[in-house]
Amino acid sequence: MPKISRRSLFVIIPIAAIVLASGGFAAKMMEGPPSGLDLALSKATEHGAYIASIAADQSPIPVGSIHTWTVKVTTPDGTPAAGVAIAIDGGMPQHGHGLPTKPEVTTDLGEGNHLIEGMKFNMPGWWTLTVSIDGPKGTDKATFNVVL
Amino acid sequence: MRRLLLATAAFVIFGAAVVAAGAILFAPEWSGDELRRIQSLSLASLPPLRPDPSNRVSEDPAAAALGKALFFDTRLSANGAISCASCHKPDRQFQDDLPVGHGMGDGNRRTMPIAGTAYFPFLFWDGRKDSQWSQALGPLENPVEHGADRAMVVRLVAAAYRPQYEAIFGPLPDLAGLPEHAMPEGTSAAVAAWNEIPSTRQAEINLAYANVGKAIAAFERTIVPQQTRFDAFASALAGGQKTGANAILNEHERAGLKLFIGQGNCVTCHNGPLLTDNAFHNLALPKATLATDEGRSAVVVKAKADPFNCLGPFSDARPQACSELKFMETSSPDLVGGFRSPSLRGVASRPPYMHAGQFATLHDVLVHYNRAPAAAVGRTELKPLQLTEQQLSDLEAFLRTLDPS
Repeated sequence: MPKISRRSLFVIIPIAAIVLASGGFAAKMMEGPPSGLDLALSKATEHGAYIASIAADQSPIPVGSIHTWTVKVTTPDGTPAAGVAIAIDGGMPQHGHGLPTKPEVTTDLGEGNHLIEGMKFNMPGWWTLTVSIDGPKGTDKATFNVVL
Repeated sequence: MRRLLLATAAFVIFGAAVVAAGAILFAPEWSGDELRRIQSLSLASLPPLRPDPSNRVSEDPAAAALGKALFFDTRLSANGAISCASCHKPDRQFQDDLPVGHGMGDGNRRTMPIAGTAYFPFLFWDGRKDSQWSQALGPLENPVEHGADRAMVVRLVAAAYRPQYEAIFGPLPDLAGLPEHAMPEGTSAAVAAWNEIPSTRQAEINLAYANVGKAIAAFERTIVPQQTRFDAFASALAGGQKTGANAILNEHERAGLKLFIGQGNCVTCHNGPLLTDNAFHNLALPKATLATDEGRSAVVVKAKADPFNCLGPFSDARPQACSELKFMETSSPDLVGGFRSPSLRGVASRPPYMHAGQFATLHDVLVHYNRAPAAAVGRTELKPLQLTEQQLSDLEAFLRTLDPS
């Protein structure tokens, strides 16, 4: 049996203690969202064609009831984007399912703002929302993270 | 030097042990997040029931009284022996303890309890109806349930309940010359008879038939979930009475609750004060019969086109009040093999479990979730839970606290 040096015990024991403690702790918790998730609700779209900002029309964001959101789309210089078609989709990456409803952008509210109807989150946890934009600057999309 | 090393190592280990023991002995039993989750499941968090916008008599006591009489009336069946209460037994949480409902014949789904269903956006295991009143109309014309038809139902109402009906809804249609039996789907004779009826008269019969559902719904709304030991525990915790709370739920029940809102992942689908997310999930369940039951995906098109839905001509709702129907998911692969998460209130005293009574005991259900097999149809969200037999037993102990106290 190889001999473990006493010095290495100083390293091994605390590391083992931390690993055991955090492992035990994690086992007691539901699967949480990954750390360092970008929770910004306003961001440039993937190819930089637009800036998309989303906001729930209720605070806190409800779990279990259908509600509306507003999405604002501008060009990178902040000018409201006109003539855009917007689609919204989403789901829970850790559960492998989509939204329980099929939300739609139903009303142009002016100044680049659009009403999203039919939003619903049926459980707490990490959700993603993807806003797809088709307009004069081409098609582009942005994915947002929401933790409920 | 060697002695110093050993002494230091011993000190570190002893220190760690003291800290760990302290953490176990003095840590609060519930984290802030857990306390919030517990309160979110309590009946005290259930908002007051709002009127059903699609049913203008939903809050009318006269409609509820008529609905109650209809609910128990066996004349609303082909053999004169079946009422709503035959399967929705009042002394059994309005369900029947059978794997599948049995009316005129055997159905293919488990009878669902009624308490709290007024809060549900979709009814039946596959959610093919979007209101209590529309749901009530389905079994009446189902050949293995009541085996009745809308012409027969409206005739019975005219003969037995005319004054009550007309005081609530106005005049019944003229029934002179109406066939004894007629409905748009069902036996070929009843369908042929229906097709002989002029469309304006069909619409009058449909309206009276919808009103029968609305009266039954007004009664069913009065069937509400009852206080449970868990609710008493949550109230005591909310009032800061930890000792009092712990006298209500024992150690195993509390351990089960912790698993329910934590490692067991139960609360993801069984959330809110009715312990349901009102959504449809594929649980990789064993087939109940030889036929494959695709659940939600098989009914979404029909639900959207149902004349008795929130957007249909017999609904009292403005279209803006029909968001659940208007924005319902219709094409996602998630819907294949999906069935509604039932409320877990009262669950322990109403086996068997799942949409066709596939599991005889709560333990069987928990073992299934723990194992998380692959789905035979569609795909499942389940992942193995790796819970021990003791943890499954604790979870079961917690589920028993959800029975009416």
